[in-house]
Amino acid sequence: MSKIYANAADALDGVLFDGMLIAAGGFGLCGIPELLIDAIRDAGTKDLTVASNNAGVDDFGLGVLLQTKQVKKMMSSYVGENAEFMRQYLAGELELEFNPQGTLAERMRAGGAGIPGFYTKTGVGTVIAEGKEVKIFDGEEYILERGIFADLAIVKAWKADTTGNLIFRKTARNFNPPAAMCGKICIVEVEEIVEPGTLDPDGIHLPGVYVHRIVQGTHEKRIEKVTTRKREEA
Amino acid sequence: MAWDRNQMAERAAQELEDGMYVNLGIGIPTLVANYVGDKDITLQSENGMLGMGPFPYEGEEDPDLINAGKQTITELARTSYFDSATSFGMIRGGKIAAAILGAMEVSENGDLANWMIPGKLVKGMGGAMDLVAGVGRVIVVMDHTNKAGESKVLKECTLPLTGKGVVDRIITNLGVLDVEHKGLHIVDLAPGVTREDMIAATEATII
Repeated sequence: MSKIYANAADALDGVLFDGMLIAAGGFGLCGIPELLIDAIRDAGTKDLTVASNNAGVDDFGLGVLLQTKQVKKMMSSYVGENAEFMRQYLAGELELEFNPQGTLAERMRAGGAGIPGFYTKTGVGTVIAEGKEVKIFDGEEYILERGIFADLAIVKAWKADTTGNLIFRKTARNFNPPAAMCGKICIVEVEEIVEPGTLDPDGIHLPGVYVHRIVQGTHEKRIEKVTTRKREEA
Repeated sequence: MAWDRNQMAERAAQELEDGMYVNLGIGIPTLVANYVGDKDITLQSENGMLGMGPFPYEGEEDPDLINAGKQTITELARTSYFDSATSFGMIRGGKIAAAILGAMEVSENGDLANWMIPGKLVKGMGGAMDLVAGVGRVIVVMDHTNKAGESKVLKECTLPLTGKGVVDRIITNLGVLDVEHKGLHIVDLAPGVTREDMIAATEATII
């Protein structure tokens, strides 16, 4: 059974429904599933809950789904670079569940690994701990965090083989593997699809068992903050 | 004469020891990298990288290679990449020796607030809550007072906390303070700053 789809819209066919929970990979604008996000915008699916570290910028990445008001709730650690995100949240138009970044990553990883909850000291003594079960281990306080089990994971990888084995490139890996793991269905968009045997089996970052659908496309890969040094300083 | 941003960063770099794996926050903490000198320091970027290099030369920016502040950076010979769950595993697991972070407020018992001002500014905690809960040593670098001239070193934080009792050392433009049992201990004063100046500028208890 082929996992390869012609484009992002085809890859999403039959999996979208209003009110669904989507886990998305990416950090800032780095390693984001930009083609799948645009296809979800075009599909018009509403009342989405999206677990993603942040929400891109106003007009790129998950920001486009905020502009179209398709998102009901975000589960994120950072909203700082997205004015529309902050505006909708402060105006009460958007629910926001703040998650510490490591807690969010671990919640995804745990969900993908069949772990419904885990204890962490991150957030103890802060608003993050409010309403959460507390347990003492070896004299230290920990809070219970839940694994995330998403209806759909949308991720971006560098290369896939046709069986879905993935490799990522540099810091574009970020949330993509844990997001992929926690989706009942995982759709990946890649820059290149290669034949099995092309990628080093010892160098696979995410095994194909986690990947259900693959689409290859051209990515804009916008840079959020270009920072450089002058050659004279070298 | 109080320290400027670069002098604060230079002072903070003295906290780092040969062989340390360190996470630097956004703002003044980022400047600390310029002052590590000959020390063998490996910088962690919590979006999934150990061995962070300097900014790229113009024209060599790589959209797949950014730091936690979303700035383009470069890799080094020692660099390794990993996913966010692994990254915070090493943070939460205590493998990172120190974090140097900015702050909006710090209290005399080591509480830290640096992620939101209710109703006004919502940034999010990013990885800061995980860092302060997990790393070996938490060093705050910030201006001693806010724009209105009010102390940011307080008896108790007024803003939502990033962590409770997590800060070990505070480096400001006025000097260096350690969080101890009954208050803050003056470790160092910037040139021209007296103990009395420090006490006058600090709401928290100085012991």
